[in-house]
Amino acid sequence: MSSRSATLNISTPEGVTFSLPLAGPVTRSLAYFIDLALFFALWNVTALLLSPFMFFLQGLGAGMAIMLQFAYLEGMRMVMELLWRGQTVGKKLMGLRVVDEQGLKLRPSQVVIRNLLRFVDVLPAFYALGGMVSLFSARAQRLGDLAAGTVVVRTVKTQPPDVASVLAGKFNSFRECPHIEARLRQKVTPEEAQLALHALVRRDDLNEESRHKLYEQLAAHFREKVKFPEDVVFGLSDEQYIRNVVETVFRGRK
Amino acid sequence: MIADLKTFIERERPHWKELERELDRIRERLADLSDLKYARHVLALFQRTSSDLARLQGSSAEPELKAYLENLVGSGYSEIHSATRDRRNFRPWRWLVRTFPQAFRRQIWGFWISLALTIVGALLGAILISKGVEGREAIYPFPHLVNQTPSERVAREERQQSRAHSENRDDMEGSKTVFSASLMRNNISVTFRAMALGMTWGIGTLIILFYNGVILGAVAFDYIADGQTVFLLGWLLPHGSVEIPAILLGGQAGLVLGRALIGWGTPDSLRTRFRKVTPDLATIAGGAALILVWAGIIEAFFSQYHEPILPYWVKILFGSAQLVALAWFLFFSGKSKDGKDESAS
Repeated sequence: MSSRSATLNISTPEGVTFSLPLAGPVTRSLAYFIDLALFFALWNVTALLLSPFMFFLQGLGAGMAIMLQFAYLEGMRMVMELLWRGQTVGKKLMGLRVVDEQGLKLRPSQVVIRNLLRFVDVLPAFYALGGMVSLFSARAQRLGDLAAGTVVVRTVKTQPPDVASVLAGKFNSFRECPHIEARLRQKVTPEEAQLALHALVRRDDLNEESRHKLYEQLAAHFREKVKFPEDVVFGLSDEQYIRNVVETVFRGRK
Repeated sequence: MIADLKTFIERERPHWKELERELDRIRERLADLSDLKYARHVLALFQRTSSDLARLQGSSAEPELKAYLENLVGSGYSEIHSATRDRRNFRPWRWLVRTFPQAFRRQIWGFWISLALTIVGALLGAILISKGVEGREAIYPFPHLVNQTPSERVAREERQQSRAHSENRDDMEGSKTVFSASLMRNNISVTFRAMALGMTWGIGTLIILFYNGVILGAVAFDYIADGQTVFLLGWLLPHGSVEIPAILLGGQAGLVLGRALIGWGTPDSLRTRFRKVTPDLATIAGGAALILVWAGIIEAFFSQYHEPILPYWVKILFGSAQLVALAWFLFFSGKSKDGKDESAS
């Protein structure tokens, strides 16, 4: 059995490696059931819409219904994955996407093959074969994915950290003591500076209690490095103290 | 490690945002990488972002920024490095008359094995029936073929059709479309299954093809031995001349898949082997499904009518002409002037 990792690592010709987080079996199953529910819902709506015409269409209507049902069942996922760049409604809701295992754009043939091979993945029942194969696959691929060269990854919405807003536009009382600022810069290691910066960037991700505790510890740590005159630090909260430290350190490295 | 993260982000952020914007425009087809000047600009943005990510790699201090850049580089890589993949839009007619027959011919070996296996199965089916083997039920999927001799069935069919003809009514009226749709659904499922079972190293595909052959051989022998060759041809040829080749195409795709899985005669890795055959597999499966839609229509609307409504010679002639046309289409359609096929893309 090959080693299993939770990410798909891709190296680009530019010499950069990036990773995509692989989807787990539970989220994939949930997405499948959502799509199945959507199929039944869509089919019932279609049947309801067709029912007034059935009387006039008679045999033709019944034949159309059989073919439509078959087309929905086999083709709905294919069409959605083709139109929505590897996503179905279920995958969208669960934050999943089918991608090429080399990180390239999906080809229509890949979508067709991964969906047609569901015929063998479902065997003997409830996707047992496909599920077993994906459990033993390093890239969590079922047979259809393996043949089509696709993987299912989690889509993560990301934004660059707003460092500028943390550091900009605030009065820094430490500036009144440039010689102490210089000593502070000397004593703070790059790792400590990064840690303080990230504590500020992630301010809103922390609950109030944790934030106070963290800032208190950090401020105490930096207070021990250098001593500013009392009038410079008078009334400064722990958070403001860290802001001043971070601004001093990063400004100094320009 | 980047000491001045603030300056780094402030300096680079406009380029990242611009790349994000351009990638969105490309995805929404508002911009096109076929414009060289534009492509160079996007490539420059992508390379700059890649280099920013490279600078961050190895450092665990900026996980959020790293995740953002990985996402951006991933999207950019997908768009830029597969820019040629969707350059040509899908053209149904071209796909039908060129891509499909060419894919069939590229993987012709799979078709010959499918055909050979079906013939072997058919011979076995014929031998089993000729030896009067017990358990016809196991061979025949339809009860009416077990309970009646071919002559009895032909007599009954012709009697019914003669009565309907004289009374100027159609016994199939109202049920033809349902019958046709059911046939299409069933045959397309069998064909797709034959292809998908290629993932069992081709064993499942071989079994389906062989079993189909046994049934075909048994039924054909039964009718021929009972002196009903003309009826058999008239009944089977109109739809069978396209339905049987379509199922063989499904088998062909399954065998190609099975061979890619096993990897005979190639130094390529499993992933490369699959990558090479998937376009042909999807094309052959799609083509087979299309043929089966036609076969379903013919079987429901044409094959079920016998003499005196429809003379057998008309049905045999139609079926034979259809078989020749299909063979010509598969073996010759889409060839270039020098008689060669395009290589797989």
